[in-house]
Amino acid sequence: MIIATNVTKKFGRLKALDNVSVTCNKGECIALVGPNGSGKTTLIKSILGMVVPDSGFITFNGNNILHHWKYRAQIGYMPQIGRYPDNMTIGQVLDMMKDIRQDSPTFDEDLIHTFDLQPLYKKRMRTLSGGTRQKVSACISFLFNPDVLILDEPTAGLDPVASEQLKEKIILEKKKGKLVMITSHVLSDLDELVTQVIYMQDGVLRFHKPIEEIRTDTGEQKLARAIAHYMQHS
Amino acid sequence: MQKIIKYVITDILRNKIMLAYTAFLLILSFSIFSLEDSPSKGLLSMLNIVLIIVPLMSIIFSTIYIYNSAEFIELLVSQPLRRKTIWLSLFAGLAGSLSIAFLAGAGIVVLIYEPSITGLMITVTGVFLSVIFSAIAMLAAVTTRDKAKGIGTAILLWLYFSLLFDGLVLFLLFQFSDYPMEKPMILVSLFNPIDLSRILILLKMDISAMMGYTGAIFKDFFGTGTGILISFIVLLLWIVLPVGLSVRKFNNKDL
Amino acid sequence: MKILTLIFCCCYLGSFARILKVGRQQPYASVTAAVAAADNGDTVIVEKGVYFEKNLVIGKSIVLKGIDHPVLDAEKKYENISVRSNGVTIDGFLLQHTGVSSIVDFAAIKIYNSRNVTVINNIINDAFFGIYSQYGIHCLIKNNTLSAKAKNEQESGNGIHCWKSDSMQIIANTISGHRDGIYFEFVTHSVIWRNNSFHNIRYGLHFMFSNEDAYISNIFENNGAGVAVMFSKGVKMFNNYFKENWGDAAYGILLKEINDSYIENNHFEKNTSAIYAEGANRILMKKNVFKNNGWAVKIQASCSEVTLEENNFLENTFDIGTNGSLVLNRFNKNYWDKYEGYDLNKDGEGDIPYRPVSLYSMIAEKNPPVMILFRSFITSLMDKTEKVIPSLTPENLKDDHPLMKPLPL
Repeated sequence: MIIATNVTKKFGRLKALDNVSVTCNKGECIALVGPNGSGKTTLIKSILGMVVPDSGFITFNGNNILHHWKYRAQIGYMPQIGRYPDNMTIGQVLDMMKDIRQDSPTFDEDLIHTFDLQPLYKKRMRTLSGGTRQKVSACISFLFNPDVLILDEPTAGLDPVASEQLKEKIILEKKKGKLVMITSHVLSDLDELVTQVIYMQDGVLRFHKPIEEIRTDTGEQKLARAIAHYMQHS
Repeated sequence: MQKIIKYVITDILRNKIMLAYTAFLLILSFSIFSLEDSPSKGLLSMLNIVLIIVPLMSIIFSTIYIYNSAEFIELLVSQPLRRKTIWLSLFAGLAGSLSIAFLAGAGIVVLIYEPSITGLMITVTGVFLSVIFSAIAMLAAVTTRDKAKGIGTAILLWLYFSLLFDGLVLFLLFQFSDYPMEKPMILVSLFNPIDLSRILILLKMDISAMMGYTGAIFKDFFGTGTGILISFIVLLLWIVLPVGLSVRKFNNKDL
Repeated sequence: MKILTLIFCCCYLGSFARILKVGRQQPYASVTAAVAAADNGDTVIVEKGVYFEKNLVIGKSIVLKGIDHPVLDAEKKYENISVRSNGVTIDGFLLQHTGVSSIVDFAAIKIYNSRNVTVINNIINDAFFGIYSQYGIHCLIKNNTLSAKAKNEQESGNGIHCWKSDSMQIIANTISGHRDGIYFEFVTHSVIWRNNSFHNIRYGLHFMFSNEDAYISNIFENNGAGVAVMFSKGVKMFNNYFKENWGDAAYGILLKEINDSYIENNHFEKNTSAIYAEGANRILMKKNVFKNNGWAVKIQASCSEVTLEENNFLENTFDIGTNGSLVLNRFNKNYWDKYEGYDLNKDGEGDIPYRPVSLYSMIAEKNPPVMILFRSFITSLMDKTEKVIPSLTPENLKDDHPLMKPLPL
């Protein structure tokens, strides 16, 4: 579904992505892990077309994304830090998104109900806590029933209850055969979710393996420990 | 595209600074016309507003707005929208609301007190300058990532167009005072939208005679239909070029 | 017999003047015939009608009077009336189609070497020269209306043209559309009073080598280049209006090589330069109003002892322009609307001097293309700075007693 080929991106002297190639398919749930500054967010942004690679290319369903901006209709993106126009209320932001995205016939508003956001509709974005904003971001990413979900640190800032609710939603969507990409520092969150792991370091893709292979390789059941094993042995 | 323009305009028109700007223009222009004994003197004071305050407000407000909308832009870019559409919508929203503010605050007052070709010229060039300087702001904002740097650049650009450029012209005129500089000056004035607007308005005010031979040469060019057409085409270029350039930069910008 | 005739004539002259009538049902069908028949002191009365008299020469001191403005048409070939005698009066004619020539200065009425000629109440349309006095002495030109449609300076003549004349009175004439409205060259001891000169293609009044003349209460409006007063001394200019002489090289008054003259109580409105003075010495400009002009007064460095006193300067773009240091001229007790000083002792005079020359106007004087920066931010900034810290504008050019309120003029 998404194929990145030899993608390289430099920010000044820093190589954020160094010749990264990756293939992601339907029904997979991919954990994108690695230390801070390893290039996870840059990879995600490259896929979304927010960062333009210096070399290499990315295809979505066989089309180079460089010239096909419409593919983004099939991606739900939840940014690391969701920020919205300060003067708008939650309701207005959601309405605006629906208004702009008229390509989508139906809206998936499950999360809005689960998070119980309606009572907060009149609140302006600048008055919201970080957690509430994350909830809004999550709602928007699922709102248009996308085939691909890209979630950048989805659980950061969420309280445990909301975090669980979101995870349940992700599992539900995965079961529908969607592609889910998650980056997270909290690896324990990912245990029940992921089918594949991409491990990045210093902009280089170290490995891309199914979770079972990792477990057998390292002999660890928990993802966190397995990754730690890799880090010690690399 | 219209949707985004609509959201940008409603967002800006709710902005307190924008309201203050409109009110400021309104109070200023009303007091100018009611305090000055003759409308033509009022027009001269309006000239200063159009040439100094409008560009300053347009460029700084637009730059700050673009930086403050970084998140909004990011949100939009992750959506299935063409980048060009997003950027042009932002520009249209900014230019549109700045023009509305100028028309509501100053343009209408000018046309009420001085419904002449001069009044019309002031209003039209005011709108043009509002749009031109938000276009320049778009370019400044897209080139620099750092907000403080970007706003600094915007202020410098304003300073350049309203002061430094003329200083340079003055310097050139003294360096080449032995040569007939009137005709080259027509060309030079096209390189600064503020100068161009000023000359267009002054020639309509019939003080060109005062400018002596210089004025006569200018009248020969800017006074004719072709001259006015060329001037407005150049003013349009001052909108199209910065915006076009900024679109190209925005298309390749990493967010 | 000859003696008898002479005596008869003398008696005739001394006792009663004859009246000769010209018209369709009158003894004389043409003016020429009547003039030929007339003797000194007779009156020729011309009734309404159109008369083609070719060049009507008047060599006797007679009164030529028109009833209801009879027309004397010169068929574009001749001079309408040539006056070659003293004491002629021409009253109430309409003169038209004067000949145009590049060799001879044809005029509707031309006075040749004559004294005490009176030209009144005539209408002169489309003449080459209107009324022309050559060596005229003590002539009165009054209440005439002259209009022409001059297109360029070469093919047009002046309205009232006086050359080498003396003690002329030019009163209450209306002149428009000529090259110069009123032209004086080598004319002395004359007065130009209550005339209205407008829309002439060059000067409303053109005045050269003419000493000891006065022009009073005239209106000069919208002339190509305003009024030029040159190479003269002892000129008095009182109560005139100079309006809307607006153009590339237009002046309210152009003063050139003028000495010992007075400019008082005049109004200057909407002129490009109200007064432009070059080589002017010992001139008193007092109680004038300068309003809405580009430059109120431009004084070149060649002027000295020009005094500006008790004038009102209102709404001018520049009050004073100069190309030099101007220390030889004096400014005192004027009202300047741009004055920003204060009057602590309440004597009606500002406590700090006013400097009427702006830096920008000085620069523009030296380098005219700088005018393209007219009303730009940088020039107003320069002027403000210069006001606070004068560095380039002449130190002594100032009005030490600027008035706080405009004079009632």
